[in-house]
Amino acid sequence: MLSDTEKELIVQIWDKMLPVAEEIGSEALLRMLTTFPKTKTYFAHLDISPRSEHLRCHGKKIVQALAEGARNISTLTTTLAPLSRFHAYQLRIHPTNFKLFNHCILVTLACHIGENFTPVAHAAIDKFLSAFSAVLAEKFR
Amino acid sequence: MVQWTAEERAAIQAVFAKLDYKSVGLESLTRLLVVYPWTRRYFGGFGNLFNSEAIMANPKVAAHGTVVLQGLEMALKNMDDIKNTYASLSELHSEKLQVDPGNFQLFGDCLTVVIATRMRTEFTPDIQAAWQKFLAVAVSALRKQYN
Repeated sequence: MLSDTEKELIVQIWDKMLPVAEEIGSEALLRMLTTFPKTKTYFAHLDISPRSEHLRCHGKKIVQALAEGARNISTLTTTLAPLSRFHAYQLRIHPTNFKLFNHCILVTLACHIGENFTPVAHAAIDKFLSAFSAVLAEKFR
Repeated sequence: MVQWTAEERAAIQAVFAKLDYKSVGLESLTRLLVVYPWTRRYFGGFGNLFNSEAIMANPKVAAHGTVVLQGLEMALKNMDDIKNTYASLSELHSEKLQVDPGNFQLFGDCLTVVIATRMRTEFTPDIQAAWQKFLAVAVSALRKQYN
């Protein structure tokens, strides 16, 4: 349940992250792969060393998808339908991993934004990421 | 028994050295109560927890934030035996306070975010990994006496 203020905050934050999508996305991924080594099992086909081309490219895609979701919060299910099918039928990620990645996104945002990443902004983004992951996992069964 | 590398010990000590218990404790507890509002059920006697500003200004929240960080310091000082160090704390949380242990993880996450806003790029992925391993051990020890 997102208030109008929260929706605005979410759009503002992701709009600021879009120009540095590669940096933010690859950092969030690297944090997840370092802090939760079991997540590496999903990336056997990529070079996931720090600052690798694969990590930067993959990270950029993720941030762009998040920014798109932020601009279409009321139609997340429709907007994310192709991604949702992809995660369900091809990637088949164990659902607990969404929370781990979401946490690393929050930490990355906190490192970049600093104290302006207020408790209210933190709450809004956490709620947004939960809703986003729920849609991505919708078709799992 | 948990094994710590020299790098992990150094990383965790480095994070702690930068922590102002009062300020970090207050902000972490505030984030817990704002981001995960159901946690307010445990703080009925704390007065005004209505919104972020009220919580940050609440002296009981500030005092309690310090208490929690001092509790984590106990784990830091006994890193090779956190389980036994936390035995009575675990009993307190399960028998007397009756806190759902799922919330320990959430507090740890909020604390990590606060540290990230303060340390910024110094909170590298490697330091985060060591820090979160420490938190995971502390949370597991706190859960031990629940049955």
